[in-house]
Amino acid sequence: MSEKSRHIFLSVENLSKNFGSFRAIQDISIDIEEGEFVCFLGPSGCGKTTLLRCIAGLETQSSGSITQKDVEISLLPPSARDFGIVFQSYALFPNLTVFSNISYGLINHKWGKDKITSRVNELLDMVGLKSHEAKYPGQLSGGEQQRVALARALATSPGLLLLDEPLSALDAKVRIYLRKQIKDLHRKLGITTIMVTHDQEEAQSMADRIFVMKDGKIIQSGSPKEIYEKANSPFIADFIGITNFIDARVLSKNKVACHAFEVECNTEDMSADLPVRLAIRPESIYLNRAASDVDNCVDAIIIENEFLGSFQRIYVESTSLSNELLMIDVANNSLTEMDLTPGSQIHITLPPDQIRVYPCDCSFHFQKRKAT
Amino acid sequence: MTALSIFKNVRLPKFSRSKDLSDRVGLFMLASYILFFLLFLVFPLGTLIIKSVQDQNGNFIGLKNYLLYLQEPALFQSFFNSLFIAIVSTIIVVILAFSFAYALTRTCIPFKGFFRLIALIPLLSPSILAAIALVYWLGNKGVLKALLFGNSIYGPIGIILASVYWTFPHALMILSTSLSLSDSRLYEAAEVLKTTKLRAFLTITIPGARYGIISTAFVIFTQVFTDFGVPKVIGGNYNMLATDIYKEVVGMQNFQMGAVISLVLLFPSLIAFFIDQYSRKKQISLLTSRSVVFKPKKSFGVDSLMLGYCTFITVIILMMIGMAQFGALVKFWPYDLSFTLKHYQFEVAGLGWESFYNSIRLAFYTAIFGTIIIFIGSYIVEKLKSDERLRGILQLFTLMPMSVPGLVLGLSYIFYFNAKDNPINFIYATMTILVINTIVHFYTVSHLTGVTVLKQMDKEFESVSLSLKIPLYKMFWKVTLPVCLPTIFDISIYLFVNAMTTVSGVIFLYTYNTTLASVSAIHLDEQGDVAAAAAMAMLIVYVSVLVRIIHTVFTKGILRRTQAWRHDTPNAANDVTKA
Repeated sequence: MSEKSRHIFLSVENLSKNFGSFRAIQDISIDIEEGEFVCFLGPSGCGKTTLLRCIAGLETQSSGSITQKDVEISLLPPSARDFGIVFQSYALFPNLTVFSNISYGLINHKWGKDKITSRVNELLDMVGLKSHEAKYPGQLSGGEQQRVALARALATSPGLLLLDEPLSALDAKVRIYLRKQIKDLHRKLGITTIMVTHDQEEAQSMADRIFVMKDGKIIQSGSPKEIYEKANSPFIADFIGITNFIDARVLSKNKVACHAFEVECNTEDMSADLPVRLAIRPESIYLNRAASDVDNCVDAIIIENEFLGSFQRIYVESTSLSNELLMIDVANNSLTEMDLTPGSQIHITLPPDQIRVYPCDCSFHFQKRKAT
Repeated sequence: MTALSIFKNVRLPKFSRSKDLSDRVGLFMLASYILFFLLFLVFPLGTLIIKSVQDQNGNFIGLKNYLLYLQEPALFQSFFNSLFIAIVSTIIVVILAFSFAYALTRTCIPFKGFFRLIALIPLLSPSILAAIALVYWLGNKGVLKALLFGNSIYGPIGIILASVYWTFPHALMILSTSLSLSDSRLYEAAEVLKTTKLRAFLTITIPGARYGIISTAFVIFTQVFTDFGVPKVIGGNYNMLATDIYKEVVGMQNFQMGAVISLVLLFPSLIAFFIDQYSRKKQISLLTSRSVVFKPKKSFGVDSLMLGYCTFITVIILMMIGMAQFGALVKFWPYDLSFTLKHYQFEVAGLGWESFYNSIRLAFYTAIFGTIIIFIGSYIVEKLKSDERLRGILQLFTLMPMSVPGLVLGLSYIFYFNAKDNPINFIYATMTILVINTIVHFYTVSHLTGVTVLKQMDKEFESVSLSLKIPLYKMFWKVTLPVCLPTIFDISIYLFVNAMTTVSGVIFLYTYNTTLASVSAIHLDEQGDVAAAAAMAMLIVYVSVLVRIIHTVFTKGILRRTQAWRHDTPNAANDVTKA
């Protein structure tokens, strides 16, 4: 993960933060490389915002240390650290114009008026808000306000950009647009960026590296692709994207038993008789026209059919595999003349290399997904 | 003890961030405010408690004074009298003000602005004005004396009527706020479910306003229970706690008994205060961002009834203030009704206009210094997180003044600041002590107003400023202050008017050089010169009205410049289309 060739920009070591008896973050250690875009991803209450606020100095950690550019900053007040921050609520000063909001932090630089004006114009240009400089935040839409907040945070050219759920308060379309804009900005400026989000899609589309957090700990880190394809726990498999889960029991090497069917999959070195949980993404399951000799082909009945634009999500029942419905995503352009109306008999294939096998973790309960 | 359990008890040194300038300034301010409250609230009250367990010579005598109090039936009776008057007045005011607030917020009656304006008039006058007006209307020579069926206005009837009059706008303000916050979807849901209007009223309106009603009841109870002016003027021989304290201290120079009765007066106010605080904590916001604000629908029956009711209340208020003015302008009520200004020549009564000017000075200083102190204080409590423990203490201190009756605060100031060994003894008998007393006396309401507006500001403003390396005092000046300006004006006008009208806080503290208009009105009445008392009380009304008008004009002018950002309609354009 940490290649020595690239420079470590920010390093968090054994960081913990308690609020009374509540342990918001527990013994977290991470290294972030210069110019990297990382995401802290997790459900609400997992400690991701607390971690960000500790890095900013807005909270003081209970133990552990933070180093930025080889300087220990753990105990510095926020004003002595080097970062810009954007909040979910924009936090624009309502009585100041867009111009004054953006130039707010530049005042300290004792720059001349011309220099400030040209810097603000440059920033306005960058976030695509030229000609809005005289407006007040109340006259802007949410997305525009968030771009002003972004410009304000970048105005002083900080070495680190912190984004605290920056897109959560916005409409779906604006969100997707701003996602791209932030990503472009990051590419252009090369500023090391940390974003906190609970939206896995957002994290996947923006981050170079994702830290998935749960209960104050980092439970997996890696590139978006790694995390999607090689989720190291059923929790992540369920949290990131959509997954079918099937209860099973290991029979022998690379063979597990579900109900009345034997499934081929990679069991690594799990011992026989171990209860396991199989996970497979809906898009990884194939539909077959007829019974086939390939591995893991089983018959099923279509229960429900959801049209989702570019693809269809089909809910099938396969009693020999599982009591619960399985979801299968089929791209519309690959749809054959196969009869997919509810009640039709079909065959499905679960490719062995697409199935991930997790030892059964009884503390984790899956959401029951059933077609209603 | 095992080694492990010892280890558990050892507290690891807490990580503490090094302080920057903002932190240090904040901590210093926090400490200064705590010192302010210790000096001007906590220590004086402590002295009052000490006084109550001492004899005339300052020797400790335990609870002897309290026993003496309990053995004196006349004093003890006052307690029940005060309780009775306060409870009856509270019930009447809550019912009257609730109906009025309901008419203003939930019906379609016309002239709402006018009704509201008139209903708030009693705020502009000292409480004694109501008592004086009642004497004119229903006193021994009153025009409408027959309405009393032979009962005297001097006594419980007069006290209750006058108390209802002057506390009515206070109740109206709280109740109309809580009635105006309501989700119309609830009523639509009720209607769809075929609920009768009455049931909707009982199951939606009343529960929605529940906390407002509770809060109003406690506020009014405390106000009436601790009021001094009204029973002094119209109480006759009916003794109440507040007048007893005055008699003991000013009449009999029995400071110890004064202290004891003060604490008896303080006790129910404290209970009311804590119950109110408790009920506030249980209150959850009924309005979410998804609520749709209630818009009343026309209903001929209800609207006509309410219009009649509001007209009736308005006429009564105008009759009261009108009569006080009339009485001040006629030669000799009710025998010679020709016009004169002689009652405004207070020199005749041995009291000059000096007291009037003093009142204006007091009100002015209180408004200026009080607003600065209180608003900065509310910022410290709400926004500075430099030291949680000290902040908690300050928060408690800021709420305390609400539960301390003015009379008690004033008396405790005598004990504390008149002591020879007190290093700040020099402020005793000056304008300064009156200003400080008045600021402390009216601290809580202004403070809570400030806290409310600060709460509405994004809690991340401070974080943003720190990340941009702008010290917080700069942000306070550039953002917080301009945004909160309308509220700051409201606080200043509240302090000004209250400083003009207050009696109970200052009655023990004024001296020959610092007589005040409201106090003079009481003395004029005491001397039997009711017309001059009415004239003096009306002077206070004129100033209050004038200042209100200036305030409105000034506010409008300055707000047009500083609040430009407020008036623009938000334009929720879609970004994607613009990009």
